[in-house]
Amino acid sequence: MNLDEGDRPTAVDWPQGLHSVLRRSGVGHVSYVPDAGHTALIERCIADPDIVTNVLTTEEEGIAIATGAWLGGTRSAILMQSSGVGNCINMLSLPVVARVPLLMLVTMRGEWAEFNPWQNPMGQATQASLEAIGVTVFRAQTPVDVVETVEQAARMSYDGDQQIAVLIGQRLLGVKQW
Amino acid sequence: MVTRETPASAQLDRRKAVARVLAERGDDLVVSGLGSPTYDVHAHGDEDANYYLWGAMGAAALVGFGLAQARPERRVLVITGDGEQLMALGGLATIAVIGPCNLDIVVVDNERYGETGMQTSHTGLGVDLAAVAGALNFADSRVVRTDGELEQFIIDRRAPASGPRFAVVKVRRETLPRSMPPRDAVFIKNRFRAHLGLAPN
Repeated sequence: MNLDEGDRPTAVDWPQGLHSVLRRSGVGHVSYVPDAGHTALIERCIADPDIVTNVLTTEEEGIAIATGAWLGGTRSAILMQSSGVGNCINMLSLPVVARVPLLMLVTMRGEWAEFNPWQNPMGQATQASLEAIGVTVFRAQTPVDVVETVEQAARMSYDGDQQIAVLIGQRLLGVKQW
Repeated sequence: MVTRETPASAQLDRRKAVARVLAERGDDLVVSGLGSPTYDVHAHGDEDANYYLWGAMGAAALVGFGLAQARPERRVLVITGDGEQLMALGGLATIAVIGPCNLDIVVVDNERYGETGMQTSHTGLGVDLAAVAGALNFADSRVVRTDGELEQFIIDRRAPASGPRFAVVKVRRETLPRSMPPRDAVFIKNRFRAHLGLAPN
């Protein structure tokens, strides 16, 4: 497994590293509710002719779509912000009870230099909510960490029928500029 | 809230209507929504190409959508209820913007939440799900109230579609004996994937 020059994760190109990981992991479908932290990865997935992308109206749709995709033999990943995790909880019973591989990449709000208090309740409940419904959670706080964590999470998920969320730290994403 | 229910004279027998649609399924992959639609589909006959939902309300059309995108060479038929589809109105927009030509959604609409005591649902209070799908630019969207309209729907389904199709089948408010498929979602998943030539993992 050789990393291209561009795959080497640095402070600015971890989204490119994640895109490469998704491709190496055989992901053929990505759904998302837009988040600023996911902008570059969303753009790369849309531009990739080997990845079908769906924009969602609410995050739980992506859980059901990913389950259908797996029934048909396609590996799907879901990109969302931490606020969207709350929308997913009951729908997560589907991949949990059916033991369908699930990979959620969650950009965090409400945990580091957050200026908007409305983000705090769900951001601080994200990990506990996911674990309560049976999803395994990994956290990543640096660009290198994010790429490595997602790569191993993809392996655990797609090769081992696990439901996994990787929480991408707000500290890594930077303070939102207004 | 003003009740605006479909008169009994314009309602079909749900088991017979679902059986009629399934009799013409060909090699369709079928996804059924929780509650009565799952029992209706199972009552017609258990098939490896059926994926029955027993929960995850709002998932049926979207599971079908994910499947339709993964298997563009196969036709996918979703059979669900009015309450189940009402929980995923936004999902219809998500489907519409992709517009798969191999996805048909049939809503078996008794205008009731049948599993929980037959409380009136939004479709019995004036909400027109077919008009919603029409506004979302589904390739075909209609309400089926009579045997003749059901036969016409079945005939029209034989033709290739230019996008997702949506039919609301108005049915009588009755509680029928449950015809229950296995509740083991892993078993049903592996059986379904094997039907498509896929290993369990």
